[in-house]
Amino acid sequence: MSNEYSNDPILDMFLFETTQLIEQFEQSILASEKTSCFTSEAINEIFRIMHTIKGSSAMMMFDGISAIAHSIEDIFYYLREENPNHIDCSALSDLVLEGADFIKDEVDKIKNGNNTDGNADELLNSIKGFLSDLKGGNPAGKSTKARKLNAFKAVIYFEEGCEMENIRAYSVIHKLKSMADDLSYIPENIIDDDSSVDVIRRDGFKLFFKTDCSREKTQELLMQTVFLKDLELEQLNDVDLKQFNGPQQVVEEETPQYVHNDNRSHDEKGSPHDSASAKQSIISVNVDKLDKLMDLVGEMVISEAMVVQNPDLKGLELDNFQRAARQLHKITSELQDIVMSIRMVPLSATFLKMHRIVRDMCKKLDKKVEFKIIGEETEVDKNVIEHISDPLMHLVRNALDHGIESNEERLSKGKPDTGNIIIEAKNAGSDVLIIVKDDGRGLNKEKILRKAKENGLLYKSEEEMSDNEIYNLIFMPGFSTKESVTEFSGRGVGMDVVIKNIETIGGAVSAASMPDMGSTITMKIPLTLAIIDGMNIKVGSSCFTIPTVNIRESFRPNENDIFTDTEGNEMIMVRGQCYPILRLYKLFNVNTHITNPSDGILIMTEQDDKTICIFVDEQLGQQQVVVKALPEYIRRFKKTKGLAGCTLLGDGSISLILDIAGLIGLRE
Amino acid sequence: MAEIIENYAEMEEDTLKDRYLTFLIEKESYGIEVRYITEIIGIQPITKIPELPEYVKGIINLRGKIIPVMDVRLRFKKEPREYNDRTCIVVVDISDVSIGLIVDSVSEVLTIPEQDIVDPPSMNRGFNNRYIKKIGKVGNEVKLLLDCGKLLTEDELEIINDAI
Repeated sequence: MSNEYSNDPILDMFLFETTQLIEQFEQSILASEKTSCFTSEAINEIFRIMHTIKGSSAMMMFDGISAIAHSIEDIFYYLREENPNHIDCSALSDLVLEGADFIKDEVDKIKNGNNTDGNADELLNSIKGFLSDLKGGNPAGKSTKARKLNAFKAVIYFEEGCEMENIRAYSVIHKLKSMADDLSYIPENIIDDDSSVDVIRRDGFKLFFKTDCSREKTQELLMQTVFLKDLELEQLNDVDLKQFNGPQQVVEEETPQYVHNDNRSHDEKGSPHDSASAKQSIISVNVDKLDKLMDLVGEMVISEAMVVQNPDLKGLELDNFQRAARQLHKITSELQDIVMSIRMVPLSATFLKMHRIVRDMCKKLDKKVEFKIIGEETEVDKNVIEHISDPLMHLVRNALDHGIESNEERLSKGKPDTGNIIIEAKNAGSDVLIIVKDDGRGLNKEKILRKAKENGLLYKSEEEMSDNEIYNLIFMPGFSTKESVTEFSGRGVGMDVVIKNIETIGGAVSAASMPDMGSTITMKIPLTLAIIDGMNIKVGSSCFTIPTVNIRESFRPNENDIFTDTEGNEMIMVRGQCYPILRLYKLFNVNTHITNPSDGILIMTEQDDKTICIFVDEQLGQQQVVVKALPEYIRRFKKTKGLAGCTLLGDGSISLILDIAGLIGLRE
Repeated sequence: MAEIIENYAEMEEDTLKDRYLTFLIEKESYGIEVRYITEIIGIQPITKIPELPEYVKGIINLRGKIIPVMDVRLRFKKEPREYNDRTCIVVVDISDVSIGLIVDSVSEVLTIPEQDIVDPPSMNRGFNNRYIKKIGKVGNEVKLLLDCGKLLTEDELEIINDAI
């Protein structure tokens, strides 16, 4: 058992490779199960995968994994060579997927630095049992053709002086092995015993065997022996053969017979399995290096800004310089784009994992569900992928457990008995939307309100809550309308996990539903975590930055346009619409002289269809900024929202980035 | 050969062990174990962050890294003082959390052997006592050796207490 910590590059490689292979394996099995047949390509691929895993895990001394891989490999070897008629695809898939789960668990244990102590004996036994059932049902190899076995006796005389007769005799045996059974010969000990040479020279080399080749063919074959002087070939019946059988009988391995085309009826059902691994030139890179590269590119953006916006150059007329600076900017932007795209990984890997979950749950819950994936080629940052797969899994489980009704219920409602679950990913502006849709029973408003009241989660009175707000109650921690806890759900934990994970990457979740028609859960995730376009503003002596995507317009207000409502909230009328005003210096306690709105600037910002006007002293200019997270220490204190991070300006000073959604939340 | 290597290893450890950086706050001398300290820099412009406790002054830009800074004077509930050119920021790194401590001035690095270190008197009153891990004797003077970990993590409990 290897206890190496994963500083070991070989172990890293093994873990990486094995994880990839197991995923491929699962895909293959699931696809084959769907079409209820195993095409020859699928069998070959699966066999190859298990063979590789067996070898590499044995080399790394993980015997448990190796044993399971070996047993699965045996099954598929049998399938490949024998191609039996009846394969219970569903049972086989269950069994080998269990094996894959075991291997996955062990790999996880290794990753965490624990011992691989999984006991696979039971599983091994079931796999071996399955294989022997398969074999029993199809007596090995010889069932396909009725073979007429002829018994022969052959005596071979070699030419004088050819020397090494025993070796030549051995080569005859070797040739006959492929087409004959029950082969025995005199003298027996041709390899080790040199005296056998004399026996052969004197009496000739006697062979007894059974074969389904005709006499002519056998004769032809034996005549091909080198240095053959004479050949006596006699056909025998079985009785005679037994008499001549020497004590040593060559026990042949059952040579697997290649099954001929008329048995490959399976292939017609399954369409050619497109090998999922497209042969692209791919290179695997350590993520640390990518992180460093990203950081450096970020620093370069800042340095470029420092050079181009250098105060020394203020006011000078530098045409050539400006042109060169523009060129530099172009190249820097392109470099930045490409580096960002390196870290972008398509969502397909994560989505494909869901197939397995849907399948397992369908079986356990006895529901029929059609699972569709749209837009899997959408790419997101690598960091984001890690935080998406758990929430997605929870959402899919919820859809299957709560959403889709049982077959009878669906039929009674007039719906098709097969439910639909669709996962869709698409780009929307600077965000990626991941949508989980089902056509089940939808979210029940009354139940949600009731449960929320019970758990004291209602923050507004019932009448004031819009449908959307009611649906979004399900995301509160501890919330579940499930009466009892099942294996899959009901503890009120799943949605909480979803929210936490999505919030960690700066995204948002929302729910929508129509009773009896289905529910839709949408996860919105910001695309680029690191570099954004921002507008620098000044309040007093502090600098802030507002992301440009949030800005609609900025203007200097007239005093008359601003009015205050009964609760002291300021508002402004713009082109017939009313917007609330937020005085930044008040919110952040900054000292500034500019308190009169008509001396400063109002910036109209929006997020999620909500708009707010921010009152600042002045606008400094637009700039591409590298977002740096606020230090962990500070974040521990931050109970109020409003700051999304910070950035370094061209002159080295720090500017705080405003979180518009948070500011809007504060205002409400 | 093995002994030489052992000695070398011991020596390496010794360069950090028992060594404390002493700094002044008002008239008291405090010490921090050198192995937590990443660097010492002069005072530089601090960007304020709103809605933080008073003693957390804000953040600074240290060669591209954003580091929060805490004023130790205010932390120990003393009178605040103007920053002058002797004021330093001592950057410490505790379990991957970096923070800068603003101190009046920095004195020197002392080696205080274990025998000269005693436990502080166990008084539960007094703010500072929470952060004082040990007391070191150097000649005639007494240095209060700080527990850096407590400086950082105790904050949350305080906030809750203050809020109550």
